[in-house]
Amino acid sequence: MGKLPLEGLRIADFSWVWAGPYCTKLMADMGAEVIKIETAKRPDVTRMLPPWFPGPMPTSPNQSGYYNMLNRNKTSVTLDLTTAKGVEIAKKLVATSDVVVENFAADVMTKFGLNYDVLRRLKRDIVMISMPAYGSTGPDSHYISYGPAQVPLSGMSFLTGFKGGPPMHVGTSYGDPTAGLHACFAVMSALHYRKRTGHGQYIDLSQWETSIMVIPEGIMEYTMNGTQRPRMGNHDDKLAPHNIYRCEGDDDWVSIAVGTEEEWQALGKTMERPDLIADPRFSDQFSRWKNQDELDKIITEWTLKRDKWTAMNTLQAAGVAATITATNKDVVEDPNLNERGFMVEQDHPEVGKKKIFGLAWKMGKTPGAIRRPAPLQGQHTEYVLSEILKYSPEEIAQLKDEKVLF
Amino acid sequence: MADRALSDIKVIEFGNFIAGPYCTKLMADLGAEVIKIEEPIVGDEARHMGPFLGNIPHPERSGLFLFLNTNKKSITLNPKTATGKRIFLDLIKDADVLIENHRPSVMKELGLDYETLSRVNPNLIMTSISPFGQTGPYKDFKAYDLNVISIGGMPYINGGLFADSETTGVDLPPEGMPLKPAGHQAEFQGALNAAVATMMALWCRDSVGGQHIDISEQEAISSILETNIPFYSYLEVIRRRFDLPIVAPVHIIEAKDGHIYVLCIEEEQWKSFVEMMGSPDWANEEIFANRVARGMYADALIPVLKEYIEQHTVEELYHEAQDRGVPFAPVSTMADLLSSQHLNARGFFVDVHHPQAGKVRMAGAPWKLWATPWMIEFPAPLLGEHTEEIICGRLGYNRTDLAKMAEVGVV
Repeated sequence: MGKLPLEGLRIADFSWVWAGPYCTKLMADMGAEVIKIETAKRPDVTRMLPPWFPGPMPTSPNQSGYYNMLNRNKTSVTLDLTTAKGVEIAKKLVATSDVVVENFAADVMTKFGLNYDVLRRLKRDIVMISMPAYGSTGPDSHYISYGPAQVPLSGMSFLTGFKGGPPMHVGTSYGDPTAGLHACFAVMSALHYRKRTGHGQYIDLSQWETSIMVIPEGIMEYTMNGTQRPRMGNHDDKLAPHNIYRCEGDDDWVSIAVGTEEEWQALGKTMERPDLIADPRFSDQFSRWKNQDELDKIITEWTLKRDKWTAMNTLQAAGVAATITATNKDVVEDPNLNERGFMVEQDHPEVGKKKIFGLAWKMGKTPGAIRRPAPLQGQHTEYVLSEILKYSPEEIAQLKDEKVLF
Repeated sequence: MADRALSDIKVIEFGNFIAGPYCTKLMADLGAEVIKIEEPIVGDEARHMGPFLGNIPHPERSGLFLFLNTNKKSITLNPKTATGKRIFLDLIKDADVLIENHRPSVMKELGLDYETLSRVNPNLIMTSISPFGQTGPYKDFKAYDLNVISIGGMPYINGGLFADSETTGVDLPPEGMPLKPAGHQAEFQGALNAAVATMMALWCRDSVGGQHIDISEQEAISSILETNIPFYSYLEVIRRRFDLPIVAPVHIIEAKDGHIYVLCIEEEQWKSFVEMMGSPDWANEEIFANRVARGMYADALIPVLKEYIEQHTVEELYHEAQDRGVPFAPVSTMADLLSSQHLNARGFFVDVHHPQAGKVRMAGAPWKLWATPWMIEFPAPLLGEHTEEIICGRLGYNRTDLAKMAEVGVV
């Protein structure tokens, strides 16, 4: 294992669920020491969401796939921040850290006595990021948001759906990792600035705003022309054909998209429909775009007779952009993801050896790695308190008794 | 000029459309110098994609381009020519970062692969974004955004019955058909991962020098499938788009003047919501007794909720619910976003003055960095606006030579 790029950085991670932990996952994967502050009083939501292994219900807070995949490479300390002693320990931890990450609703850290103003006095150059749904300021900043709600709130649902149909969701709390990635970029930029100048700073990030950044097609249509972009299913503004087509089987599909005359001809040839290539309904991009509903039906006649893998491979061999519409099983078993080492097996003390997703990038010199499974709840409490914060074993025992380390 | 977070970084962008450009926009907006290399005459693909101002296609009036390329400089350059390549290498000598999003074979074909560039500048961080990565069995596959999203795993778990059989010409399974998220999310996820990884490589550059970063958009999408990967690897369960919700309500429901996302999954929130609805009798039924039961009987629950919801406006429902601690969200229209009191109070939308498009309103930055604020220093560049400044002013070529280069297609 090569050197890890973020070795030596310590992150005091107060975040929970997906958005904050996704940001800190990116850093933990690349070698930062991410210390998650959890509490058994109110376990991280993801510890209590399915799937659990072996199931069907959890018998410990360490069996959730959601939590375990997201929080690998991190350490966990249990601290009750509603106690004065718990807050004191948290402050000591921040005083030895480079970064503080939190994604509670806007005033929670202040209520704990752990807002930026306080923490900056303990460590002048701390970089702190708050990443609540609505941002730390503004008239609605006290509103509550759950992950799935970001998608409709952001405008993405309004733009997503079948032609003539209602707005729809996108299947996951897409706003969370989008916020987490933006947050990580902001933190790394602040660290970069600090390296050069010695100055830390506070970052107020709004998850809502990060989700709006990724739908400029809709936003700009409105700001420039005052019109609201209609929903268009799987169709595209320019490319045609461009859709997801049913294949042989109960529920198997393939995506096909054509952008050039060359690709169109290749598609026509592969479908053994040379008549289509010059058919006036489809003979150039404009006509294909206008008549794509008809064209979709014709393409479906071909795809229905093939399984999705054959459809994909035959079309790719001919130079047409086509891919299966992957199930979660397809993703876990995908040849490209496995050969590139993106899907990796990890051994976890309670759930055993399971495949998890790894890193979404390959860095030539500093690859990053899945070094440790996700922590058991509070697994590193003693380690952090004795090795990093220098508490004695007696003090630690006392704090446990008082349910501060809980 | 104020010292900005990334003022000391020089970035070369050699890309198109969204993946490369959004990555470098994030850097440019925090003060990095970004020189965008565009194809002569044609320019970035995004210049030719709508939405266009007034619906009139024009390479300086594409809303997508104007948003994605704030704070950057543009030069036109054709690195397929020997002179163009020489200029490219000159620019690389002085750069910290190169972001490119061509298909994996392209940089090698141009003689601009990492081995070559790192000899010119060993401290260069080169980040390549492609649909499936630089290596592996799919590296030469063709893919547009839809194709990456599709194999990445998102559409299968989304979508539904609205798709009209008439339109698709096929018998739909009970689960309806898969649906992609709006826009070009594989491109954005590729861009975001590239931006993060590049900053990490910059962080450790003092000790390891430059390096090559390989971003796969497929991996970016497959990293964010929430519980779907663990459902398979833990329990071998295939998740499908019409699986019963685990808890309810978590549904988009039509209101009087739009749609609202009715999310209410904690028991105290449910109690508050029931009160808000005037404590109807149906709320006492056993099948609605707790959130898991409500999930199992969502088919019975949603119609009765609908009867209440459709009598009220989105604004009423949203604020009333939030005031009671019930986390509803509006299904925001574009108009809702632009007129949002909250977003405007935070100054999220900004007006950018562009020499050809005029005053254009757009999203600003999704963060406030207290010490090194975000700002628009200049709008998206005109095509080749800075060619002379960079090639003559910085690299020392004279104007006559530049004119000749333009004539013969080097710039």
